[in-house]
Amino acid sequence: MGAPDAERTAAQQADGQPAPRPESDDDILIRVENVVKHFPVKSIGFTRRTVGQVHAVDDVSLTIPRGKTLGLVGETGCGKSTLARCVAGLIPVTSGRVLFEGNDLSRLSRRQMQPYRREIQMIFQDPYGSLNPRQRVGSIIGEPFAIHRMASGGERKRRVQELMERVGLNPEHYNRFPAEFSGGQRQRIGVARALALRPKLIICDEPVSALDVSIQAQVLNLLADLQDEFGLTYLFIAHDLEVVRHVSHAVSVMYLGRLAEAGPKEPVYETPRHPYTAALLSAAPAADPNTAASRQRIILVGDVPSPIDPPPGCRFHPRCPKARQLCSQEEPQLEVKAGDPVTHVTACHFPVEAGENLAAAGSRESGI
Amino acid sequence: MSVTSVAVDVQGAERAPEQAIQGRSQWRLTWRRLLSDKVAVISLIVIVIMVALAIAAPAFAALTGHPPDSAYPNTGETAAGLPVAPGTNGFLLGTDGSGRDLLVRILYGARISLFVGVVTTLIATVAGVTVGMVAGYFGGVIDAVLSRFVDAVLAFPYVVLALALAVVLGPSLTVILGVISFFTWAGISRIVRGQTLSIKEKEYIEAARSLGAGPFRIMFVHILPNLLAPVLVLATLFIPQAIIFESTLSYLGLGIQPPTASWGNILGDAQSFYQQAWWYVVFPAAALLITTLAFNLLGDGIRDAMDPRTERIFAAGKRRKLDRARRKAARRGDQPAASAPGEA
Amino acid sequence: MAYADSEARRGGGRNAVTLLEVKDLTVSFPTADGTVQAVRGVSFTVDAGRTLGIVGESGSGKTVLTQTLLGLTPGGEISGTADFDGTDLLAITEDQLRKIRGAQISVIFQDPLTSLHPLYKVGWQIEEMIRAHDKSVSKAEAKDRAVDLLRRVGIPRADQRVNDYPHQFSGGMRQRAIIAMALSLSPRMIIADEPTTALDATVQAQILDLLQKLQEESNTALIMITHDMGVVADIADDVMVMYAGRAAERATKQDIFYAPHHPYTKGLLESIPNSSARAERLKPITGQPPSLIRLPSGCKFHPRCAYVMDRCLTEEPSLRPVGEDGFHSSACWLPTAAAGLGERAEEIRIKTVREERSEAAAGIAEGIASAPESEGSVT
Repeated sequence: MGAPDAERTAAQQADGQPAPRPESDDDILIRVENVVKHFPVKSIGFTRRTVGQVHAVDDVSLTIPRGKTLGLVGETGCGKSTLARCVAGLIPVTSGRVLFEGNDLSRLSRRQMQPYRREIQMIFQDPYGSLNPRQRVGSIIGEPFAIHRMASGGERKRRVQELMERVGLNPEHYNRFPAEFSGGQRQRIGVARALALRPKLIICDEPVSALDVSIQAQVLNLLADLQDEFGLTYLFIAHDLEVVRHVSHAVSVMYLGRLAEAGPKEPVYETPRHPYTAALLSAAPAADPNTAASRQRIILVGDVPSPIDPPPGCRFHPRCPKARQLCSQEEPQLEVKAGDPVTHVTACHFPVEAGENLAAAGSRESGI
Repeated sequence: MSVTSVAVDVQGAERAPEQAIQGRSQWRLTWRRLLSDKVAVISLIVIVIMVALAIAAPAFAALTGHPPDSAYPNTGETAAGLPVAPGTNGFLLGTDGSGRDLLVRILYGARISLFVGVVTTLIATVAGVTVGMVAGYFGGVIDAVLSRFVDAVLAFPYVVLALALAVVLGPSLTVILGVISFFTWAGISRIVRGQTLSIKEKEYIEAARSLGAGPFRIMFVHILPNLLAPVLVLATLFIPQAIIFESTLSYLGLGIQPPTASWGNILGDAQSFYQQAWWYVVFPAAALLITTLAFNLLGDGIRDAMDPRTERIFAAGKRRKLDRARRKAARRGDQPAASAPGEA
Repeated sequence: MAYADSEARRGGGRNAVTLLEVKDLTVSFPTADGTVQAVRGVSFTVDAGRTLGIVGESGSGKTVLTQTLLGLTPGGEISGTADFDGTDLLAITEDQLRKIRGAQISVIFQDPLTSLHPLYKVGWQIEEMIRAHDKSVSKAEAKDRAVDLLRRVGIPRADQRVNDYPHQFSGGMRQRAIIAMALSLSPRMIIADEPTTALDATVQAQILDLLQKLQEESNTALIMITHDMGVVADIADDVMVMYAGRAAERATKQDIFYAPHHPYTKGLLESIPNSSARAERLKPITGQPPSLIRLPSGCKFHPRCAYVMDRCLTEEPSLRPVGEDGFHSSACWLPTAAAGLGERAEEIRIKTVREERSEAAAGIAEGIASAPESEGSVT
């Protein structure tokens, strides 16, 4: 962006409108650049000094093209939820940038951020906690209209009921409370709320993890339909690999605050190069007894270490069946490995080779 | 259902179970549970009766022909100048030391007590909720300053202050309202602050922020309605506290001044007559006791009604015993030879 | 292919000792809105050394079922029998139940955070469990056993970690500690209620691995309650699928996955995003589980069933044998030939409906023909 653009952008942002999209960008809707998020750990005591940092997100970059879905996978403590909230502007980043259509959102004040809230919405994981139990459903879905003064009175009600129908709810339940709906229906309410202002990007933070399997499928289909109909872009966060595979176009795997592997879905799933990705894939329960019996499970040793004190070098090395001395000394960078398409990157010194069986390679008794 | 005819076919099964159970807000559910709690219902009735009597006080005055402040030395006092017993000369509950109709005075006293109780609680609740919510939501410096202030208020001995104010400003209804409200709001604000802190962490607050809601919207649309439940219980339990506070002040001579009747100052006068005129002490004390007890029991009832789990646990114990007994009896009835006593 | 396999495998397993036999267990709860029929006449058996997977979604009754077995459902109206090695668990006193809990039957709950007391050391909690059931064990002995158990479940440096508090353990470690506690008295049967749902996939793999190993070592019976078919595919021998408080289908693992008979089972399998089924759109089961207060008439699954027939609306099917082995049973009116619910299933369904209707019509015609003229007879 040139200087005059920046000025105009700043002026418009001060006005409360989102800045216009610079023409130079290809169709990347959102670009996360080297985002770092650390939370200070304060000692308990009279003087609350900062004794450490939780390295929740440590230098993560990703891009999401318009109309596509990026799946962000990882286990507890990997930082994916924190990253999601940084992108949504709910928590400030420690360093790095979040570029939405070329505009840096990470340094905006609440007032400046307001117009972007129309474009970036979020669906939360807990269908029971993400809706205010004292608010009627019509009011919940209509809240975006109220906050951004987009519609009121009868017009608002009409649009809310339209949304309810679109997500598969009965519009006559407008005056009901969340407690009167099932988990799957509450999630639909959350979807309707996120959809209200026709955002461009919806960040889905584990939207189906708390639902029964048959309801999960309904909600996933709904999200897919909405993406087709409205050209939505999704950042889809989950820990269930099969779900992510089903909905995403591209996948990024996070471990302890960093990216282990990223790329289009097929290469990553078919030929994972990072041992962690391979372990995740092998650990995912397969709903097929023959597959389950014949599959060689890579059982990882130990638990995910604490993000306050990540291991030196490659963060995965203490649990990696392929770890060697280099891994504890030098942190690997995200690179394209030999034989991979240019969009498939891995951060590993000794990536998994084709046909390699990790389960036999470094398998130790679990837990010893 | 007209607009949605197409959608109904596809999602027909989805909609059908919904209509079965009618929509009910949390308040309606709480009300129903409250109604099934006998003690709470009785307390509620007692309070309603008390309020009705208080409102009807002038009617009683007219009926008996004894205004509250009028002394009747002839009919209302014995030859020795002592109060007359209940039932004499048309004084249904007897008279007080100055020959005034005790019943009428107690009813007018009810007005004072209920008025003070409710109004001070209202003021204290509004102030307490506001301060507590603001402190809890904003945190940081605002919270630190407000909380220290609240702590200071809570640490203050209220009797001393009431005394001082009474001396300086002269005792009156306004002073009482002020003093009682001042000491009550701090307690409420602390509890509200705690509630706010925990509600603030809920996901729907985060959702509201992600929609772009500002602090005021979040506080008044999202946090406040979720606070109302515990605040309601608190308020119901603070009313009797305020009533007793006022009675204490009046008893000490720092509150409502005679000739205006207040349960407190009636009791204050009654001290000297307790041996000769038991009714002078017993009836106002009973009124005080019944009213405060009713509010306390109602408050407990509301709290239980809002928490459905407690009811189930108590019911469970009884039911299990019943079940076991029933099954044992059935088994013994079917197979008289099989079971030994005390064995399954 | 599937049948031959399962028969061979089952030959060995079926001779095992039956530890638990549940017959017609029914549990309901009276509430302000009406009676919740959580469990409606469920029967099953569990053999020593084998794993029964109970699969169901929310509202299926699976958790209430197992909690009732151990007397953990206050306020419920219970009927039926649950014979555990000669004792009817539903008819004994609380004291007797307490002796059985932990010693004969152990439970592992879903949430490791709340199953352990946060204020007591983990080792102490295990020791307490041991000494509560056997007063003769000394403190030192109990501690040794606790360390040994922690080691057995794969907690590294068990002798040090035995003195740690639950919050010092990670989720996976906590669940292992709970398994250690469950094993401390060498129970004959373990009930695991969604033990891995709250855990990450890699940790889940470890825990399931551990459970299987331990089961082999001690010939413990295991009831695994889950909503995850993947867990079932991994660890279960026999499977019972529950829907709306009842068993929908009961079979060996092979039959459930490769030759399901009940449309709900099939629906569950199809709605899972699965590498082997590369469809663009998932096939969810339409609608949602019914309210347990106002259940639909006839078969409770009929509003959502792709194979619904006339009979399903009025009569609720009970578990009927489907396979040749006598073990595979399904609560569905579809003929046994429809097992597997492949392409032929729709033909079979249509044929059955036609047969039923012509039978019904014939019956009515007979009735009219044989009955004398009565007042108000219907034309």
